[in-house]
Amino acid sequence: MNKMMSIDIKHHLTDEILMGYSAGTLPEAFNLMVATHVSLCDACRAQLAACDAVGGVLLDEHDILNTQMQPDSFAATIAMIEQGVPTTKAPIAKKPSILPSPLQDYIGGDLSEIKWRPIGMGVKQAILPTSKQASARLLMIPAGAAMPDHGHHGLEMTMVLQGAFQDDDGYFGLGDVDIADSDLEHTPMADIHEDCICLAVSDAPLRFKGILPRIMQSFIRI
Amino acid sequence: MLKRKKKKFDPIQHFNRKFYMLARPQNVLPTERSVNFQTAATRLVAVGSERVKNVNKRNLWISHVHRIRDDADKAAFAELYAHFAPRVKGFLINSGADGSIAEECAQEVMVTLWRKAHLFDPSRASVATWIFTIARNRKIDILRKQRRPEPEDLTWGPEEEPDQTDVLALQQETEILSKALTILPAAQRELIEQAYFGDLSHSEIAKKTGLPLGTIKSRIRLALERLRQTMK
Repeated sequence: MNKMMSIDIKHHLTDEILMGYSAGTLPEAFNLMVATHVSLCDACRAQLAACDAVGGVLLDEHDILNTQMQPDSFAATIAMIEQGVPTTKAPIAKKPSILPSPLQDYIGGDLSEIKWRPIGMGVKQAILPTSKQASARLLMIPAGAAMPDHGHHGLEMTMVLQGAFQDDDGYFGLGDVDIADSDLEHTPMADIHEDCICLAVSDAPLRFKGILPRIMQSFIRI
Repeated sequence: MLKRKKKKFDPIQHFNRKFYMLARPQNVLPTERSVNFQTAATRLVAVGSERVKNVNKRNLWISHVHRIRDDADKAAFAELYAHFAPRVKGFLINSGADGSIAEECAQEVMVTLWRKAHLFDPSRASVATWIFTIARNRKIDILRKQRRPEPEDLTWGPEEEPDQTDVLALQQETEILSKALTILPAAQRELIEQAYFGDLSHSEIAKKTGLPLGTIKSRIRLALERLRQTMK
């Protein structure tokens, strides 16, 4: 995707999440969220660079990290270098898409490749394959419709890829991330103008307030 | 309904493209009472002469990477290796790797440095920062065995030679950041170090240290605020 005409992102990732990405301690689904958001957001890209710079300074100056290498290690490394460059995969040319490229990698293509499954009330989802500590999925909420009322056990982040939604925290447009923690209950409602597509990542299953959605939950892995 | 504080983003406040973090609008936070400024000041004076050396060192590392890129210079590589390979190994051991895996990964990280020397851009990162990101990526590949989604690259290509003033500015900022980390109150600095050099999430740090999660988060936030203040 070409760099978007500057989009006006108002809801950003937190320092904590960016630092976790930089340190390499987040679950895969959260890394996917960071990579996707940073692809669109210059502010968070710069913030992430600053977190990396903190890691660099610590690596450079932190004494406890100074261990011993094996005696033959330098020779072994030079030998590896002299074995030559391993064949690297040629980067696949990507078609222009409304989706940032890290997300295209997980979908295996553009919006049209998403295998949506209905989960009730007009809402559709597609689960993306990530490691188990957290889950990632795409959600499509029809224009003007609401997601089922739900609360959270863990941390959930929802980023808008198309359209917009509104919840108790405000209005979320393209690129905005809504961050909900354990005790928040909210009802996102898609903007009337367009179906809303979001990337949602969570480190715990959602719990719905109504009984029916709760039964459905176990079937559809929301 | 739960009210949560949201950070507002105000581009006017941003003084530098690369260090937004250190210039985000700030709410004035209460300073931590336990800060011992005298200790911090003493530490700062003590490291004063080290600082000049550090700046020279950073510039030397950049020219070393360029010598690898341009001349496949093994002497330059050996010096980078002597400084960084043991540290990368230490980083990986701290992240939970056993000694032999850490050794092997550290070697691979240094091989990557050699092979990708042409991609290093000193206007975007110091050599240490670049090596840190390579090591971090290797850690995720090997230890966590996860796929590793990366942000889409911006269109600025490696083929253009970076502007020298940008290179200088970035290296100066790195020096200020380094100083800011040195004078950070011990409790805050330790948590930042743990966040980077342990394989622990904040809630796992909470379990390990017995500190409440809220304390950890607020200390890390305070530490970042303090870094921002120093960078201004």
